[in-house]
Amino acid sequence: MKRTQRAKRTKRTKPAQRILMKGNVAICEGAITAGCQAYYGYPITPQNEIPAYLAKRMVELGRVFLQAESELAAINMVFGSAVAGARAMTSSSSPGISLKQEGISYLAGCELPAVIVNVQRGGPGLGNISGSQGDYFQATRGGGHGDYKNIVLTPYSVQEMYDLTILAFDLADKYRNPVIVLADGVLGQMLEPVTPSTISHQPIAISKDWALDGCKGREPRKIRSLLMAEGALEEHNWKLNEKYSKIKKNEVRYETYNLMDAEIVLVAFGIAARVGKGAMNIARGKGYKVGLIRPITLWPFPEKIISDTAERLHSITQSLNHLTTFLVVEMNLGQMLEDVKLAVSGKVPVEFYGRPGGGLVTQEEILEKIKQISK
Amino acid sequence: MKKIFSRPESLKETQHLYCPGCGHGIIHRIIAEVADELNIREKTIGIAPVGCAVFAYDYWNFDVTEAAHGRPPAVATGIKRVLPNRIVFTYQGDGDLAAIGTAEIIHAANRGEKITVIFVNNAAYGMTGGQMAPTTLIGQKTLTTPFGRNAERDGYPLKICELLSSLEGVVFLERTGVNSPENVLKTKKAIKKAFQNQIGNSGFSLVEVLSQCPVIWRMGPVESCKWIEKVMVKTFPLGVFKDTNRHE
Ligand SMILES: Cc1ncc(C[n+]2csc(CCOP(=O)(O)OP(=O)(O)O)c2C)c(N)n1
Ligand code: SF4
Repeated sequence: MKRTQRAKRTKRTKPAQRILMKGNVAICEGAITAGCQAYYGYPITPQNEIPAYLAKRMVELGRVFLQAESELAAINMVFGSAVAGARAMTSSSSPGISLKQEGISYLAGCELPAVIVNVQRGGPGLGNISGSQGDYFQATRGGGHGDYKNIVLTPYSVQEMYDLTILAFDLADKYRNPVIVLADGVLGQMLEPVTPSTISHQPIAISKDWALDGCKGREPRKIRSLLMAEGALEEHNWKLNEKYSKIKKNEVRYETYNLMDAEIVLVAFGIAARVGKGAMNIARGKGYKVGLIRPITLWPFPEKIISDTAERLHSITQSLNHLTTFLVVEMNLGQMLEDVKLAVSGKVPVEFYGRPGGGLVTQEEILEKIKQISK
Repeated sequence: MKKIFSRPESLKETQHLYCPGCGHGIIHRIIAEVADELNIREKTIGIAPVGCAVFAYDYWNFDVTEAAHGRPPAVATGIKRVLPNRIVFTYQGDGDLAAIGTAEIIHAANRGEKITVIFVNNAAYGMTGGQMAPTTLIGQKTLTTPFGRNAERDGYPLKICELLSSLEGVVFLERTGVNSPENVLKTKKAIKKAFQNQIGNSGFSLVEVLSQCPVIWRMGPVESCKWIEKVMVKTFPLGVFKDTNRHE
């Protein structure tokens, strides 16, 4: 199992001070620690703390902050700063992220690094401003036009809002690919202590020998996704596919809890995992053998741990004749559910509990579902 | 023997894919000459549009990026803000700048982004085969105005220089043409000024160039030049719309 970046960073020499902050602010501090040089945003609830906080901090640090005229403009400003070789970020919430999809597709096509934060709210349409997880498909399937992939990181605590934002910048540069931090409105507003990184995260030394900064002393460069020559586009897409395979191989991240003897395995991400973890602990107290798999990367999806677990659950059922099952919990109508089902591949049942935009899942509801399944 | 005329260093030695008589090639060359004369080739970053000029990055001999349709001013903003010492310009058609990208151009202008915009007005969508542009003249026939543009249904030609002239962030606006040697020289002067403004860090400059598009207009190249002079300038009068060298 690949540990989270945070886990790695806990091996520090002197204990760092813990600071109480809101999830949205943790994203800002993560971006600043990661050496984000430019931020472009447009107001939308529930992420308004991000542009408000960065408007001050980025300017204090002599970095770029700009309130764009729309999300379309903001993502294209990110595109421009990425073209110039800078670490750039934008943030928004669901309706605004829909507007950014064209730009994200261009970032993917042009192989430009960028960080896009989605503090999800309920949809469809204007929906409402309460936290939700309805944008899983949009984030993990590409979202815009064309055959591309975003790296999708999903935090479940304020600490992870901070840590995964830092990681997002590193991965974006490493793979020259857009990275989405898929958070939600609940986490955005949550207050928790954060241990800031004691490691310097200034832009890692990746030479951006493709960036446009004027052709002094070198041949001119161009950045484009238009490939009209015979076979050129297909070749480009195969090349992207090779990169995606590498990401799948190297960057899967997840955490597991109580998996050893679990017979009911929850699979949940983000805030649903947070609630699910609480439900798991209560259920354990009541004697239910419940475990939890929490994907941290939604793309690449941690399919192996799920299929391995499915294998194990299947053999428990075979040998002990115990009921075993997965229980996917999401704050939507069942989106990650499809990926879990693919990984489980029919070996054991996959149950689902979810509430769509406007609803929050609770520990009691999950517990009820666990009891129901166990009957 | 002294060489008195040659290909500018900022223009690559390659064949353009434009139609015979197209204005784009002339404007590309003017930009290249200006880049050479101002000695900015090595610090210039151009933004090519979606439109007939989409391949501009194959023609100019400096750094050029693509941008989504209409978004060059936002992309230019993103580049210029992190590289304030570079020369950043967008090159956009009238569909790109005046239809799908209206918000981006107005706000980049209004912020006074220190960039240069070359706006090519050919009164039609060239690349997609000749549909109505926001700049199509009243009565002008296009694929999507087969009976001629009707103000009642299609609205009026959008006058970008006039529109932007009220914005405080704008320092220079001029409309020129490339339909005659005289106008080509004037265009070069205007484009040079628009780049000099950026070198002087004074603010947003835009040059709107009336540009012939013979194929879509269903005219010969010479007739196209005449049409600009006789017809197009009535809706789009040439001249300087704004010139405030604020830094002086
Ligand atoms: C989002 C989007 N919508 C539509 C198009 C199709 N399209 C390509 S070029 C173009 C218009 C080009 O016209 P103009 O900007 O006037 O440039 P010209 O070709 O005349 O130089 C359109 C509509 C596109 N590429 N992307
Ligand atoms: S269609 Fe018009 S603008 Fe496009 S290349 Fe041909 S003449 Fe030029």
